[in-house]
Amino acid sequence: MEALKQELKEKIINVLNLEDIAVEDVNDNDALFGDGLGLDSIDALELIVMLDKDYGIKLADPKEGKAIFQSIETMAKYISENRTK
Amino acid sequence: MKKCYINGTACVSSQKTINTAFLQDIIVNHGDNILELALPDYKEVIPPAAARRMAKGVKNGIVASHWAMKEAGTQNPGAIITGTGMGCSVDSEKFLKALIDNKEEFLTPTSFIQSTHNTVGGQIALGLQCKAYNFTYVNGAVSFESSLIDAIMQIEEGDAATVLVGGVEETAENTMNFLQLSGSIKDKAQSPYSVLESYTTGAVFSEGATFFVLEDEQKDTTYAELKDVAIYNVLKQDEVQAKLEAFLANNKLTVNDIDAIVLGCNGDTRYDGYYTALANGIFSATPQAYYKHLSGEFNTASAFGLWVASHIVKLQEIPQVIKVNSIEGKSYKNVLLYNQYRGVDHSFTLISQC
Amino acid sequence: MNKGVAITGMGIISSIGATVEENFNALVNGRPGITVIDNIDTIHKNNIKVGEIKKTNNQLAQELNLPADNNFSRTAMLATIAAKQAVKNAGITDINEYNTGLISATTVGGMDMTETYFYDYMERPDNRRYIESHDAGDNTHKIANELGLKGMVTTISTACSSAANAIMLGARLIKSGKLDRVIVGGADALSKFTINGFKTLMILSDTYNTPFDNNRKGLNLGEAAAFIVLESDEVVKKQNKKVLAYLSGYGNANDAYHQTASSENGDGAFLAMEKAFKISGLQPSDVDYINAHGTATPNNDLSEGRALIRAFGSNMPDFSSTKPFTGHTLAAAAAIEAVYSILALQNGVVYPNLNFETPMEEFNIIPQTVLKEKEINHVLSNSFGFGGNCSTLLFSKS
Repeated sequence: MEALKQELKEKIINVLNLEDIAVEDVNDNDALFGDGLGLDSIDALELIVMLDKDYGIKLADPKEGKAIFQSIETMAKYISENRTK
Repeated sequence: MKKCYINGTACVSSQKTINTAFLQDIIVNHGDNILELALPDYKEVIPPAAARRMAKGVKNGIVASHWAMKEAGTQNPGAIITGTGMGCSVDSEKFLKALIDNKEEFLTPTSFIQSTHNTVGGQIALGLQCKAYNFTYVNGAVSFESSLIDAIMQIEEGDAATVLVGGVEETAENTMNFLQLSGSIKDKAQSPYSVLESYTTGAVFSEGATFFVLEDEQKDTTYAELKDVAIYNVLKQDEVQAKLEAFLANNKLTVNDIDAIVLGCNGDTRYDGYYTALANGIFSATPQAYYKHLSGEFNTASAFGLWVASHIVKLQEIPQVIKVNSIEGKSYKNVLLYNQYRGVDHSFTLISQC
Repeated sequence: MNKGVAITGMGIISSIGATVEENFNALVNGRPGITVIDNIDTIHKNNIKVGEIKKTNNQLAQELNLPADNNFSRTAMLATIAAKQAVKNAGITDINEYNTGLISATTVGGMDMTETYFYDYMERPDNRRYIESHDAGDNTHKIANELGLKGMVTTISTACSSAANAIMLGARLIKSGKLDRVIVGGADALSKFTINGFKTLMILSDTYNTPFDNNRKGLNLGEAAAFIVLESDEVVKKQNKKVLAYLSGYGNANDAYHQTASSENGDGAFLAMEKAFKISGLQPSDVDYINAHGTATPNNDLSEGRALIRAFGSNMPDFSSTKPFTGHTLAAAAAIEAVYSILALQNGVVYPNLNFETPMEEFNIIPQTVLKEKEINHVLSNSFGFGGNCSTLLFSKS
């Protein structure tokens, strides 16, 4: 799970072009959206594509993303339970 | 009817034109057929969290509009009007390539959103939280002039007291390759390039963003009064003079009242005849200036031209590096700009000293 | 109250008809044009529905008598067909007789060709003629050239509000005396680029779009072109022209909320409507029918609904979206809906908002679901685009 969390932090920084943020700056339980890392609804769509492309998880409804993407912790949990890749 | 004053302007271009004295740091590049942008300091103006997904046209537009508004001392325009010939091409290409290469799978929205033509105007408004009138014109080489026509109407009719207006363009790899194939861009093998002494077709291309703050009141920062702008889709070379004279007559002027003419010649031998006809004809005794050897050619390069013309009026001087002929003017009260691209999208722009 | 700018001609091609008459018959007979896509080969074929014009590019080219080596994009062909219709309908025989302009609108431009030949351009010379028809401006130039028009020609591209803005600009140019008459409208063809673009935003429905319905899933893309002719009172008088309707009001404002989504309270939309009322001197209570933007995305219909309630209060006029008929035709939307608004005024009809079943939870307003005949004097038409671009047009009976 730790390796996955690390991988997710790297991916998020990369995919979302978060230039000024390092992997060490992102805590497992920090809020990704809103006040925490400050991601928004377009970032959510980018992450949905990442779930599909890298982990084989297809979300039909973008609203499902809200719960899944709350933090690195919630993302890692969901991915490890649902990944097909 | 209210008058329209150019009270602030800023230019991001292939020259160092942000926060420098007019044409202070100029490099005339004869070797490249595509001129690279002189990158401004983005971090000074745009927070990294916002900049991370912005197209370069958006970033350049935000920087140019920021400095233009700072100069004019305004914060909340009553209208934002942008012109761009091709929009944010880099992101357009990114999305298109991904679409084709991945066979329509795993596509992400950011480059699609950034590719919509009005994204520059939209993101400038978002940054300023400006809910005012917001239009984007996309019509080749009159994209910027269309924006000016709209802006002048807004001011004249009292719909807005302050208008932010600008022209933006991006160079993008595939688009530049296509334009070389179609002969719009000069052949790589044909350097050194010259605009005034050219023997080849096509033009040297570049990119940039130039913005202006137009207001209904004169200020300390005023460059000139923006008097009139007219555009014509097609004109034959022998039709230009009559249209020009009619345009001036509409403004109660004749050719003799023009103290300087700023020409959009770009070194494309197929079409520069439009300019030489005027330069050797009715304007043979008028100080002439050009600018595309500094800015490169692109659909909204004429915004750079207006930036140059505004400085000519403000500083009452035509710097040597942009002179076409050696005629000196006693003063530069009325300055006319003429531009066209590949025989279409002709425009006249008239500015005057206040 | 000033009566506005005279509209003297209109032309349209959409998935529900190739002429004004065909479109009107489809609207009043409840015949939508939403189907499975035929002309474009996309992996999303079975997961989307579109408002497609069932003519191939070859058929369109033949209709226009274009030479075999033409470089018209599909957008340019659709636009030219509609523009020619409008000019004919306005009884114009010499297009340059008066100071005439053309303001078109598009988001796709020649992208339909670029996406087809993107790699081909570098390999072979055969299709390179399409390179210069990629940009929006070239598409508009083609229309002007086919009309023989010489003068002020330009293009607006503000996403889904584009044509409304073209119409608005045309009106202002007439009012300021800069032009005597102007042909205004917009066109967009379907393309893989837009289909995939909207797919990434997850706002496409896999079934028939249901505006203002609580269970709405998203929009159906469509393609279309429409133009109307605006003329100054002086020219109308000189030529003893029949006026189809008046453009009595217009307004554009920016939501400044998000790049693609609309604000929860519909600020931009509300401001645009407010401006349109101000220009026209009309009150909300004067409006007999609202042709809503109503794309059936969760976001738009909520935002627009709220804005309508803010503008009209408890006296909501009959309203409907015609996008269940045509799909969302992007830059052409406001133009085809302008034609529909004019037809509504002329014929006294409110079009049904098809596919509606369940009222939205968030408020009490429901659209008109069946065709309604009544006297209509003023129609309000909304069009809202990405970049927070919100536009409203007000049309009045002549």
